[in-house]
This record gives sequence, C-alpha cells and structure tokens, in this order.
Amino acid sequence: MAATAERNYLRTAPAERLPSPAERAGMFGWLRENLFSSRGDIALTLICILFIVWAVPPLLRFFLLDAAWSGNDREACLASPQLPEPGACWAFVRVWFSYFVYGFYPLFERWRVDLFFVALAVGIGWLAWLSAPRRDLGAVYFFIVLPALSCALLSGAPRLGLIDIPTALWGGVLVTIVVATVGIVASLPLGILLALARRSELPVVKFIAVTFIEFVRGVPLITVLFMASVMLPLFVPERLSPDKLLRALIGVALFASAYMAEVVRGGLAAIPRGQYEAAQALGLPYWRMMALVILPQALRVTLPNIVNTFIGLFKDTTLVFIVGIFDFLRTIEAARADPRWATPVTSVTGYAFAALFYFICCYGMSRYARNVETRLARAHRR
Amino acid sequence: MVEPNAPQDGVRAETAVEIVGLHKWYGDFHVLRDINLTVMRGERIVICGPSGGGKSTLLRCINHLEDWQRGRVVVDGIELTDDPKHIVAVRRDVGMVFQQFNLFPHLTVLENCTLAPIWVRRMPKKDAEELAMRYLARVKIPEQAQKYPARLSGGQQQRVAIARALCMSPSIMLFDEPTSALDPEMVKEVLDTMVELANDGITMLVVSHEMGFARQVADRVIFMDEGQIVEINEPKAFFAQPQHERTRLFLQQVLR
Repeated sequence: MAATAERNYLRTAPAERLPSPAERAGMFGWLRENLFSSRGDIALTLICILFIVWAVPPLLRFFLLDAAWSGNDREACLASPQLPEPGACWAFVRVWFSYFVYGFYPLFERWRVDLFFVALAVGIGWLAWLSAPRRDLGAVYFFIVLPALSCALLSGAPRLGLIDIPTALWGGVLVTIVVATVGIVASLPLGILLALARRSELPVVKFIAVTFIEFVRGVPLITVLFMASVMLPLFVPERLSPDKLLRALIGVALFASAYMAEVVRGGLAAIPRGQYEAAQALGLPYWRMMALVILPQALRVTLPNIVNTFIGLFKDTTLVFIVGIFDFLRTIEAARADPRWATPVTSVTGYAFAALFYFICCYGMSRYARNVETRLARAHRR
Repeated sequence: MVEPNAPQDGVRAETAVEIVGLHKWYGDFHVLRDINLTVMRGERIVICGPSGGGKSTLLRCINHLEDWQRGRVVVDGIELTDDPKHIVAVRRDVGMVFQQFNLFPHLTVLENCTLAPIWVRRMPKKDAEELAMRYLARVKIPEQAQKYPARLSGGQQQRVAIARALCMSPSIMLFDEPTSALDPEMVKEVLDTMVELANDGITMLVVSHEMGFARQVADRVIFMDEGQIVEINEPKAFFAQPQHERTRLFLQQVLR
C-alpha cells in the first residue's frame, strides 16, 4: 500500500514561499556568515584585527599626527625635544611641489602645462563618462584636437606667440602623464592592428606582426629605451634624429602595443567562429565585420586585461629616467638629495608621496574599468 | 560563362543556384564528391542525411563560407570565385540561418536586424528600423526588439535570426539545421515561421531532419551521404518509395 502511494505522488496544495531563515538576515547574520562561520574563519578574523591594531596607529602617527606640514628647510623635520621621533616631512613635498609637477618648465610658461592638464581632463572625462552627450565629438576632440593642442601648448608654437620650450626642461608629473597618455592612446589601436595582422591569412602580414610582437616582447623596456636614445643617434645624424622625449615616447608606445596585441589576440580567440560566419553571411566586408561585430565583443572580454596592461604601462613610465628624462619619480629622486632638506625622513616622505600618486592613478583606472565591466554585464542581460 | 552583373538587369535568372561538379577536401578527407545540383527560383529544397554526410558543407558553399577545390557554384547568375566582390555580392542576396543562431550578443534584437541594412545596404537608420520592426512582427516578436538576445528563449532567438536574414531582402534563404539546437517545445514555433516563409515563394534550401516539414513544404528532398547526393525526389515519392538502400535505412531510423 505504502509503496504505491510513494510511487504515484500528486501535489494537491502549492508549496509556500518562505522568507529566508533569521540567522542569515541582518548585520549579525552577515558577520556570522562572512567573518565567523568556522573555527578557521574566526582565527583569521582575529589575526586580521590584531594586524590592523598593530600596523595602523604607527602609520597614522608617522604620516599624519606627527608629520611636519610647513617649514622652509630641514629644521622643520628634524627631531626635537618635544618630538624625539619626527613624522613625515610634508613640508619638503610642499616646497618642492611645483618642481614635482613641472620639472624645469619655465616659471612664466607653466600656465600652458596647467591648460594642458585641464584639456586632458576634459577629454578623459568626456570619453570616460559613458552617458556624456556627443561622445563621438568627444572622440574627435580626444584623438585629433587634443594631440595637436597639447603639442602646440607644451612644446610651443611661435606663430601663436607660444615660445618653444625644449623637452629637456619638461619634467615631473607632466612627463609621466605625457608618456603614459601617449603610450596608452597609441598602444590600443596599434595593438588591435597587430593582433588582427597576427591572425591574418596573408603570410607576409602575419610574419611581420609575429616578428615584431615576439621581438619586442622578448626585450626589456630598458633595452628599447636605450636603443632609442643611445643607439639611434649613432646611426642618424644629430640634426635629423628626433627629440629625446619623442624617441622615448615612440619606444614606450611600440613596446606597449606589442603587449596590447597579445591581450587583444586573446580576446579575438574567445569569439566563436559563428560570430564571424554570421557577419560574413550578412555580407559585411572584413573591416566592417571587425569593427561592428568582432572587436566590440573581443574588447569587452579583454577589458580587465587591457586595463591591466595600461596600469603596467603607467608604472613602467618610470623607466624613462634611465635615458635622462625627468619623470615624476626622477624629480623626487633629485629633490631628496637636496642638502637643505637632508633629514632621516625626507626620502621616506618623498617615496610615500610618489606611491600615493601612482596608487591614485592606477586605482582610479582599475575602479573605472570595474565600473564599466559591471555596467556592460548588466546592460547586456537586459 | 554567366555575367556577374546579370541580376541587375531586372530580369532575374530562372535558376537560383547552379552547382556543377563540386569537390571539396578537408585535408585528405573528401567531404563533397561530385555534387551537381540546380535549384530553380522559388524552389524549396530540404537536404537530409546522416551527420558528417556533407549537407552543411554543401549549404555553406552556396554563400562561400566554405571554399572548394574543384567545380563551379553560380548563385543568382553570379559565379562564386575568389574575387571578394563576387562573394560579397552573393552574400548580400543570400540569407543564412544557423543551428546555433549566432545572434550578436552585444547588440539588441533590433540592432541585430538593422546592422546589415545600415552598414551593407547603406539604408538610413530610420528606414532600417522600420524594416526590422516589420520583419520582427512577421516572426511574431516585435515586443522583444529592445532586449538583448541572451534574454530570449532559443526559439525566439532563432526567429530573430530569421528576421535578421530577411532584413537584407534576400532572394535565397539557407537554413543550416535551424531546429537542431532547440528544446522540443520550441521547434514548432520556428518551423511555423519557416512554413509561412515558404508559402511566400522565397527560394529555400534547408538542411534538416524535420521530415514533417519536408513533407509539408519541400518541392524536392535531397538525401546526402558520404559527401554525395544519393537521391533527389519529390517528397511524396521520396518518403513512399525511397529508391536507394541507404535512403531506406536512414528513413527507417528517423521516421521510427
């Protein structure tokens, strides 16, 4: 009897929807689930709390509470009877700040650099804000107007009354931003072209792309920079060889584009063949198929890796100091050797300031990319 | 030799597809062996046969998604050669529906349908959208136009794929196992759409195992095995008296 009843079961009343159990709700539930769910978790949580208690107060003390915020020389940052263990010497950063930003850029022309920063910020904001008006105009501005404007502003256009400023005088944040921006902006399209070339069915195109990518990837950036700045002048007469900064820019851009090519190639490989076939079957020629169907998907897949490459590139720009270009980190290096500011905490403060700058820039890129990722993921499941 | 620009004369050739002595190899594997087939305008053809028999490959030669080593394929009076101009001209005129739908996941349903009219036919966006909405209404999913394909069921996606192909106003439609990837309860909605299309008189070549569909709409049924056309016949005769032993075996399997 019982066996038959089990085999032929028929639900007569619908199963009720119940709220999720109380121990999973509220802050207490969250704590329990995330921090104290097992013995191992409890131990880890306690260790982390102990670490925070041990590490954070001394850091706060050094960088904020005991730090010297103003002063005109090392006296402000030396140990004194009131403060036997002095904190960070922010006064040093304050005094040297304009050098960190502009390098040796002539004092009365620095408004040009400021204007460049503003113009760049407008361009980045226009493109980065996904629902901004007329983003097509934004792209024209960023990729055509801005480079011309920056070139005229920074290095000079005598016809417009802007005197020439040799790049040897540029320095600091200015150089870092210029090198990073040019590297980033040039490496993406170049990388895409190289990736497409590497997947090309034409043997010559493919061979050139593979050779270039593998050669550049097999060589350290320092070598590329050395070749650009030391070896090139040996073969090309001085007056024909381009500017030192320009050579470094080209080196960085080519170097980054080889890496970008491999990233993009990974994305292209992730697109199913059916997508190519569907686009071809609709009659889309190669470039339109790539631009409208394949690349939008491939770039979306690789967005985290692309940003990863950008971040790597941003930090790699510090290597241009090796060919005598005064990027941001190099200006800090130079300033901390200043005997007027020779204190035990000067170097630490300088490097902490550099770390803060690089962290803000890189973390900003990373956060922005994650925003775009979640936004795209959400949109395409609408 | 048929003139490549013949269809522009206004008088359309009576022959939609002409395949002569087609051979294709994948490496050493002889996948298409001496295929000869002429499809008349407005004809509806169903190709069946065991998998690996070359049905899909044959279909994909018609819009040059596959190339071949020997033989001639003439579509709409345009001979398919390696000349990209001829290939693109044929593809504009031949719609294709795939087993895996192959909708573009980063575009909405509407954008999927307007992409080719805008970027290949250079149609103004507004006209393309109107056209797309008309075809989406015809496959009975106009209300899904603003959604992304991932939100649609398999049957709905396949109907979008059909609408997308129709938006190019093709004179020939190729269907490569359009219902094989669908859950059983969605097969009917796609087949109904295809039956409607067939009744409109468009030239259709369908690779399918849906024998009911073949019986209902096909003018001719082709049985392919081991890269060859084994048997071509009208559906009644094809199903009632299959001539070839292999056809008989196959029909026993699928009609069981």
